[in-house]
Amino acid sequence: MKCFFREKRNYHVEARQVRDVRNARVKELEIRFLYYEECPSHEETLERLRKVLKEERIEADIEVVKVETDEQAKKLRFPGSPTILVNGHDIDPPSKPEYGLSCRAYQLEDGRISPLPSVSMIRRGVRAAVDKNLKRG
Amino acid sequence: MANLKIGDGVIPFDLPGVDGKQHSYADYRGKSAVAVIFSCNHCPYVRAWEDRIVQIQADYSGKGVQLVAINSNDVSKYPDDSFPKMKERAREKHFNFPYLYDETQKLARAYGAERTPEVFLFDGSGTLRYHGMIDDNYDDPSAVRAKYLRDALDAVLNGKPPPVAETRPVGCTIKWK
Repeated sequence: MKCFFREKRNYHVEARQVRDVRNARVKELEIRFLYYEECPSHEETLERLRKVLKEERIEADIEVVKVETDEQAKKLRFPGSPTILVNGHDIDPPSKPEYGLSCRAYQLEDGRISPLPSVSMIRRGVRAAVDKNLKRG
Repeated sequence: MANLKIGDGVIPFDLPGVDGKQHSYADYRGKSAVAVIFSCNHCPYVRAWEDRIVQIQADYSGKGVQLVAINSNDVSKYPDDSFPKMKERAREKHFNFPYLYDETQKLARAYGAERTPEVFLFDGSGTLRYHGMIDDNYDDPSAVRAKYLRDALDAVLNGKPPPVAETRPVGCTIKWK
């Protein structure tokens, strides 16, 4: 009887420890949202990002950066609006990035071109960063 | 803001096309309707709507409708919008309408066009009947609720005013020199 209760307490302690480690790693996420005002899809994209973070139970702050000049775009290596960086990594790295003030074309899972990333694309990018953080231990 | 109001007359064009020919509005007199669509290669909004534009031309060409796409972008900053690239795009996407090059940007300025894509639909008499978006959803064709250009074409072909005469064009800004 005593052994059973001792084992049960240990299980809960371990589960909490795993959760604490995950939460700590998740809080290490740096999320940067870069946009150019003239591209209309940035508001909807930001909403999609917030929705994904909520669904993934990630309480990370989003740094929202409005890119206003070509010089700033080149300095920030901004491949177009909107761009989501998680821990410095683009959720959909462009194959041949060109930096400047322009609207970005995303190729969706079904092959269509869209001015904004899909929810699943955003989710993959966020989860990849979380998983990488968790593996760091 | 567009320089044309609903009810204004067409501003004629005379521009080179990707087919190697010169195209002018006069070539399309006799058409039931002509839709001038400011467009380009690089803009993801155009690319999202492109197939739908091709389909509209396919669906309405038998009814005397002519779509004409015009690229006015500054190619020095946006080389993907160059004339050779326009030819490639037209081939790749099987454009069934003229794709013209407004190199001086005079036509875009005359129209007061601001975005790509941006539609100016003229009826058979050359009067502007609809201005704005293709439809209400650039991202998901299956989620379109309002087919603005199609509805406007149907109305014009029946001699009626479009149910919605004007919408705010959504897309990339025209890239001015």
